[in-house]
Amino acid sequence: MNDKVISLLCGIIFGIGLVISGMTNPEKVIGFLSITHNWDASLIFVMGGAIITAGPFFYFFKNKEFSALGDKINLPTKQNIDKKLIIGSSLFGIGWGLVGLCPGPAISALATFDPVTVVFLLSMAAGVLVKKNTIK
Amino acid sequence: MNNFTPFSALLGGIIIGLSVVFYFYTTGRLAGISGIFENAIIGTSKRLSNLAFLLGLVIGPLIYFNFIAPTPVAFNITHSYLLIIPGGFLVGFGTRLGGGCTSGHGICGIGRLSVNSIIATGIFVAIGMLTVTILQQFGVYL
Repeated sequence: MNDKVISLLCGIIFGIGLVISGMTNPEKVIGFLSITHNWDASLIFVMGGAIITAGPFFYFFKNKEFSALGDKINLPTKQNIDKKLIIGSSLFGIGWGLVGLCPGPAISALATFDPVTVVFLLSMAAGVLVKKNTIK
Repeated sequence: MNNFTPFSALLGGIIIGLSVVFYFYTTGRLAGISGIFENAIIGTSKRLSNLAFLLGLVIGPLIYFNFIAPTPVAFNITHSYLLIIPGGFLVGFGTRLGGGCTSGHGICGIGRLSVNSIIATGIFVAIGMLTVTILQQFGVYL
C-alpha cells in the first residue's frame, strides 16, 4: 500500500473515531468549554483515550529512524515556549470557543452537507494563508 | 453534566489514537490535522497524501452514518456568520502560529510528553473556556 492509500485509511479511521466520540457536534465541544454552566466533561475522555492509546507507541518508537514505508522520520523536537506558541494557541482558543469546531471535526463536518461548514473551512483556509504570508 | 457521554467519548478517543499510531508507524508523520490541512492546501511535499487524509475525515463519518449506526448523529452548529467567519479564521491562523491544534498538540504532542504541547493545550482549552463563558454573558450558547 502506498502513502496516499494509507493516509486515506487513517483519515477514515480518525473520522469514525471523531463521530463516535461526539466531537463532530460543536454543541458537545461548547458543553466542555462551558466550565461554569452545565459542564460536559466528555472531551477529556476523548483526548484521554487517544493519548493513552498512542502514548505508549510513541514511547516505543521514539528512536525509530524510518517509517514502515521507508520515509525518514522528522519529529518536532524544539522545546522552547515562545510568543508564537502562546499567542497562536490563545487565538485558536478564541476561535474554538466562538464556534466549537477545531480543524478535524470542521473537516468531518462536511459529511453533514451543511453549507456553514464550507464557510467555516474557507475562513480557516484564509487564516492559514494569512499566517503563511505574514509571519515566517 | 446531563449530556456527559464518557463511554462513547472514550471509545471514539481510542479509535482516534489507533489512527494516530497507524499513521505514525506507516508514514512517520504525526496526525495533526491543522498541519495536514495546511499541507493539503499550500504544501509542497506529500500534498496528495495530505488531501487523502482529509478526504478520509469526510468519508469516515459517511461510512458511520450509512453502514454502522444509521441513527442521525446530532450536529448543532451555529448559523451565525458573525461567529463562523472570525471563528474559522482564528482557528486557521492560531493553529498554524501555535504549531498545532487539538490533535497535533492535544493528542500527538501530549502523547509524546512534549512540554510545548502540554502548555499549548492548556492555553487553548483555558482561552476556549473563557471565550464561551464571555459569550454566555451575552446570551450566546445557553
